[in-house]
Amino acid sequence: MRLAYLAVSPREPLVSSSTDAALRRHGPGGPGGAEGTAPQRGGLLQQRRTRLLGLLLLLVLVTVAATLSIAVGSRSIGLGAVWQALTDPGVPTEETVIVRELRVPRTALGLAVGLALGVAGALAQGHTRNPLGDPGLLGVTAGASLGVVLAIHLLGIGTPAGYVWFAFAGALLGTVLVFALGSAGRGGATPVTLALAGAALSALFYALVRAVLVSDTDSLDAFRFWVVGALAGRGADVAWQVAPFLLAGLLLALVNAPALDLLGLGEDVARGLGQRVWLARLVGLAAVTLLCGAATAACGPIAFVGLVVPHVVRAFTGPAHRWLVPCSGLLGAALLLLADVVGRVVVRPGELQVGIVLALVGAPFFVALIRRRRLAGP
Amino acid sequence: MTSTVPRTGTVRLAAESVSLAYDDRVVVRELDLQLTDGSFTAIVGPNGCGKSTLLRALGRLLRPVGGQVLLDGRAISRTPTREVARVLGLLPQTPVAPEGLTVGDLVARGRHPHQSWLQQWSRDDEAAVSEALTWTDMADLADRPVDELSGGQRQRAWISMALAQGTDLLLLDEPTTYLDLSHQIDVLELVARLHTERGRTVVVVLHDLNLAARYAQRLVAMDDGRLVASGAPEEVLTEQLLADAFDLEARIVPDPVAGTPMVVPVRRLR
Repeated sequence: MRLAYLAVSPREPLVSSSTDAALRRHGPGGPGGAEGTAPQRGGLLQQRRTRLLGLLLLLVLVTVAATLSIAVGSRSIGLGAVWQALTDPGVPTEETVIVRELRVPRTALGLAVGLALGVAGALAQGHTRNPLGDPGLLGVTAGASLGVVLAIHLLGIGTPAGYVWFAFAGALLGTVLVFALGSAGRGGATPVTLALAGAALSALFYALVRAVLVSDTDSLDAFRFWVVGALAGRGADVAWQVAPFLLAGLLLALVNAPALDLLGLGEDVARGLGQRVWLARLVGLAAVTLLCGAATAACGPIAFVGLVVPHVVRAFTGPAHRWLVPCSGLLGAALLLLADVVGRVVVRPGELQVGIVLALVGAPFFVALIRRRRLAGP
Repeated sequence: MTSTVPRTGTVRLAAESVSLAYDDRVVVRELDLQLTDGSFTAIVGPNGCGKSTLLRALGRLLRPVGGQVLLDGRAISRTPTREVARVLGLLPQTPVAPEGLTVGDLVARGRHPHQSWLQQWSRDDEAAVSEALTWTDMADLADRPVDELSGGQRQRAWISMALAQGTDLLLLDEPTTYLDLSHQIDVLELVARLHTERGRTVVVVLHDLNLAARYAQRLVAMDDGRLVASGAPEEVLTEQLLADAFDLEARIVPDPVAGTPMVVPVRRLR
């Protein structure tokens, strides 16, 4: 019936009228006039300005957070004394020792781990095309947890510096298995299969973790301090252990960022635009494993940084990963340091672990974010 | 209205005895097809006949289990992805843009095959993007997020991206899905102009036979994974074909506007 209606419709010939309209619009000189490009360029300029401003703010925020992290603690140290401790190699006082031996390594580790978690979060959300995606979704955290538990239980290792390699090996095992399972099907590694494989393997790994913990009280005691996520008690040795992996992960992440812009349009479009999808997935997953694995190995599983940070950053960068990935790293670093500072202040003279602070602040914030952006809505 | 003679006879894209399968389920069997330079071809057929699958294989998204696809005489599966992307552009059915992506950014991403690590964004890219936006009448919407556009505008934005990609060949999988009739016409007009004004070789999978007959120079009809008819719309759209392939009893009358064959359905057979 619909087709018959079209046939008797008294409309003008559609083809010729539209061609005329096109000629009228573009004039005899053809399309491509300057007037059409003006609005786009104005918008681009404004977008660039917003992004640069956001980047600048983030750099300021990271600087402030790092300064606070060095100055604030169970013993407050004035900025003048901090400056002196950092620049003056003279006779060590109690304050300069605290700054150099404790606060600076802790701040450096916080910066590195926050950077890694923020970047890993942006990558994980990009690859799973899932706004609720975080590195934990890809099996990294669960793998690392299993590695640590086995290290404690089987080998009796009891220090963060000792856990690192096992956490890292577990993280690697987790992502490799997730990628292998996720790409086993017909369509290769898609966002859905990766997320499903990640969820299934995480459940399995956590079940194994619990099985060990239930049977071994000593392991439980050691593990529960690792699993909350903390910067405290990690010396410079831990930072140096994970630094090469973090650096490699950051490089891979920057290489991977442009590909994520294409993958965001769907795999078919990405391939149509000349992107080798499996390669981009592999590089991305390698970056997430290196970054998140190293961060988790150093500080334990820290939730919410990878989940929340990319959402906040996206508000001013838009979905362009060239900006989103590095900016997520900066905000992640600032957020982790600030949360660590808060943890040192709120229960003086004790300390609240950074993982707990982040969860306490992050959860309500994230709920608010979801409600505002209607991510949870239909 | 349309000429059935291609401007040149060079074969740009060809399927040679191509068989396609998902896992063990064979969808297309030993199909041969040649697409000449400057042609406008519509692939039609009932649901599940394998027409979208064939398009995916022509666009190197699906590797044949038998036979091969040739792009400019060279096996497409052995041509690097990026090289293919400079010659052949494709739009899948109802592509989805990430939230907040502007039309301008979407179109700019079409330039990816022309960029490299050393040359990230060139004057050529800038020119191609603004030209594509203007040509598709999207310049004023360049700063708007794609997800806020209407269905018709959205499809225009994607076509604009494909135009900016600057490929000679363009494959479109049901570009009119979910659009009302006037926007279907709007999109097909745009595609037809890509063919006539920009000299693109176009292959489009279409559901609507009447629109396919009106806009395409050549129809390729498929049924159950096989090519059952190919040629000018008048040759392909016969009452016999509709009965055989579509299980449809129908009359064919000339379209009062374009003169192309028009299907008037009577009833479903069987």
